[in-house]
Amino acid sequence: MSRAMALLSREVTLAWGRGGGPLVSVAFYAGVATLLPLATGPEPARLAAIAPGAAWVALALSALLSLDRLFERDYEDGALDLITLSPVPLELVCAIKCLGQWVATAAPLALAAPLAAIALGAQPSLAPLIFVCALMGGLAFAFVGGIGAALSLGARRGGLLTAVIVMPLFVPPVIFGGGALDAFSSGLPWKAGFALLAAYASAAVALGPIAMAAACRNALS
Amino acid sequence: MITTLNIDGLALRRGGRLLFSGLNLGLQAGEAAALVGRNGAGKTTLLRAIAGLVEAEAGTVGFGEIDAGEARANHMHLAGHQDGQKPARTAWEELAFWARWTGGSEQAAQDAAAVLDLTRLLDLEVRRLSAGQRRRLSLARLLASPRSLWLLDEPLSPLDAGWRVRFGEMMSHHLASGGMIVAAVHDPLPIPARPLEILAPEEAFQEPGE
Repeated sequence: MSRAMALLSREVTLAWGRGGGPLVSVAFYAGVATLLPLATGPEPARLAAIAPGAAWVALALSALLSLDRLFERDYEDGALDLITLSPVPLELVCAIKCLGQWVATAAPLALAAPLAAIALGAQPSLAPLIFVCALMGGLAFAFVGGIGAALSLGARRGGLLTAVIVMPLFVPPVIFGGGALDAFSSGLPWKAGFALLAAYASAAVALGPIAMAAACRNALS
Repeated sequence: MITTLNIDGLALRRGGRLLFSGLNLGLQAGEAAALVGRNGAGKTTLLRAIAGLVEAEAGTVGFGEIDAGEARANHMHLAGHQDGQKPARTAWEELAFWARWTGGSEQAAQDAAAVLDLTRLLDLEVRRLSAGQRRRLSLARLLASPRSLWLLDEPLSPLDAGWRVRFGEMMSHHLASGGMIVAAVHDPLPIPARPLEILAPEEAFQEPGE
């Protein structure tokens, strides 16, 4: 347990410094959210209609930003070799790394998401649901993204490859989360979409580490 | 604690190329082996195979009574130029993490840092350390958590003459207390060690010295 805690705190501090850190992700997120009205035209009615969805897609893109270094650095400098020499199974190591990624980047993004959506014209009553969806979606993005990051280990331009591998896997959470937000803002039942998002996140947390560990073992040998 | 290492008929492949085959090594508690061979002969790959990171093409690596997974989880240190230390973290953060990860306490990490004369440097970022200091920081793990088999990859290369002698004393002490060492080296080790030359498959059929 003390080992797991030591690794989690290492991962959070490393993720905080990785690729400029979560603040860069948040800034990128704000940038995408600002670009949108410039492209679609600033009429409030049109913006308000797409605001929740736009905020949600921008979130998925921002989650990609810091994924590429999740395993890459530890792989390049030999830390991944040394990490295997402990009683903690590699699957748990991968899960802890993704959890660290979630704490360090998804949490700040989840705080920024409601602000961005409201700035784009979404109803303020939507804010709590956006926050919770962003946290839940962030879990799915981190654990599914980890699979892409582990699979692209050792490849040239691994970051780009990670994005290409991971994008299709981001489709279901984007649909479920976007659907829940859309339903809520038009007064329809939204719980089904959110439940599906939570189910996808749970599946990612349960199965992702197995795939990541297998991909890491393959890259190490 | 592991007391035997048995490598039997080991063949390893890297990037599709056969590095060596039919390699044998038997090591008992208190013994050291020095792996020698030209660049690219497979010394590092052999160390990684003992650590279970590389699948063997043929042959076995055994640790006596102890199951290989257990031996790798709790009884083995791997140290080399791939030290896994992050440049942006402080020396103490790195040493404390790796000591805890391999089963040592913070106090043991402090003591190990004192032995390697690192105490003054612990609040510096790893990037500020010289190559020799950085190596000493990674070697401090060997003392911070006692594990019986040390797999060392060129442990001496960045160390100065004085530290080579002192690390030699650390290794002798480890052997005297029943440990084992397998080290890949180009320079002779400062301790009595059984040499094990790694030959490429085509060289193995030639007479030595040819």
